[in-house]
Amino acid sequence: MLKLEGLSKTYKTGDAALSDVTLTIPKGQIVGLIGPSGAGKSTLIRCINRLVEPTAGKVLLGDINLARLGKTELRRQRRRIGMIFQEYALVERLTVMENVLSGRLGYVPFWRSFLRRYPGRDVQQAYRLLDRVGLMHQADKRADALSGGQRQRVGIARALAQEPELLLVDEPTASLDPKTSRQIMRLLTEVCAERDLPAIVNIHDVPLAQQFMQRIIGLRAGSVVFDGAPSELTESVLTTIYGAEDWHAMRRGDEEQSEAEADARDRMAALAE
Amino acid sequence: MSDKTYPTTWRRPPQIVADRRWRIALQLGILAYLVLAMGSVEVDWQRVSVGLERGQRFIMGFLQPDFTSRWNDISRGLVESLTMTLTSTVVGVLVSVPIGIGAARNLAPAWIYYICRSIIAVSRALQEVIIAIFLVAMFGFGPFAGFLTLSFATIGFLAKLLADDIEEIDEAQAEAIRATGASWWQLVNYAVQPQVMPRLIGLSLYRLDINFRESAVIGIVGAGGIGATLNTAIDRYEYDSAGAILLIIIGIVMIAEYGSSYLRKFLQ
Repeated sequence: MLKLEGLSKTYKTGDAALSDVTLTIPKGQIVGLIGPSGAGKSTLIRCINRLVEPTAGKVLLGDINLARLGKTELRRQRRRIGMIFQEYALVERLTVMENVLSGRLGYVPFWRSFLRRYPGRDVQQAYRLLDRVGLMHQADKRADALSGGQRQRVGIARALAQEPELLLVDEPTASLDPKTSRQIMRLLTEVCAERDLPAIVNIHDVPLAQQFMQRIIGLRAGSVVFDGAPSELTESVLTTIYGAEDWHAMRRGDEEQSEAEADARDRMAALAE
Repeated sequence: MSDKTYPTTWRRPPQIVADRRWRIALQLGILAYLVLAMGSVEVDWQRVSVGLERGQRFIMGFLQPDFTSRWNDISRGLVESLTMTLTSTVVGVLVSVPIGIGAARNLAPAWIYYICRSIIAVSRALQEVIIAIFLVAMFGFGPFAGFLTLSFATIGFLAKLLADDIEEIDEAQAEAIRATGASWWQLVNYAVQPQVMPRLIGLSLYRLDINFRESAVIGIVGAGGIGATLNTAIDRYEYDSAGAILLIIIGIVMIAEYGSSYLRKFLQ
């Protein structure tokens, strides 16, 4: 479905952010991209929809090479790739509905988007997506009136409104609390499964990646250093990706966190009674 | 614990001139220059006393403002000024929006950027009074020259602030819209406009009351409006009418000021 061949990016400053990345992602597969800050995770997913211009290599979505497209054709191809962002990147002063409908911008002429007169089918689909992410009644609110988790749900609905063939997800849970993070990851994996949609998810949180991803790719200094199932992600592998660290302590920390969450939940339940 | 001793005093290290001798020399130099400069200003005390007397007459005039005897002139000047203000602000805003977008580095290609920035630079370099003198010479006395002057000045002001504002938008929102396959116009409409609109409206209202104040100034060089009336009144030594005009200008500026800040509250 998506094929990267020898993808490289060198910034003007001379920093090689990506060097010779080659990988294939089949339909329906959710891939977690892990690696330390500065390893090139963001650059990699932005090279796919060319928010960042790759310096060399091919990006094949189906049989079209995205790395070699003119402006107009690139815009047409971007419609096929939905993107979800770290800090949600909703347009804060627009309503939730406008944000979801903005996923249709590549499909409608300017006058329709300017007058907010989207085709009935698009509006219907936007409502269906809002209902799917559980925000049916927030449609007319402004995006900045929502909580973090709700905003990320709008972000997901916006990406799905494009009827994409691929999802690029950049640190979807970096600014969310642990519980909301899990809810968002669950929602993401569900919608991908419903649509047989492949996804590349940049993710900082290794335990979270292991819990939800079908495949993990480890990136270090712009190169792929690990590619395999989450269960193969052993301590020595993590050390190759991130460098030495006490991985047990980190996992214990995560267990503690989920225990604390469970505890907090029980207490909330007790209060509610 | 540790037997290390830490200092108990700390002084801020000199930031600009590191050498103490140079610092003292510079300070003495500045002081000497100030003393010499003050000495070179010649004060003619006789003219000061005459001027003070005249000023007293001004103030007496303002204390007994005469709205009635020149009311026809005053009201004509006012209507002219208000018309000039409103039309020039509307035209100025309409023209400065495209120029402002063109002068934003993150939206426009380099050659458009440089053209728009130079239009802004020209408009900002020339003070309103100078433009007014020039335009009055071109189109004759009256509010038309005033209208053109204020429109031109509005462009420099608004387009620059709008462009700077566009350059400081949250790029993540623009990136998200770009990623949907949006065209350039859709990007402006969906990612840029919502972010800069409240400030654009606030600045336009602010420019409206600047334009009213400026209309009083450029009237003095012949560009019509309440300034022309004020100038005539002072030329005729009618300080009571001049006082009335000044009070009206102050009143209108205050109304505009409170009105626009009241409106801006609703725009967040």
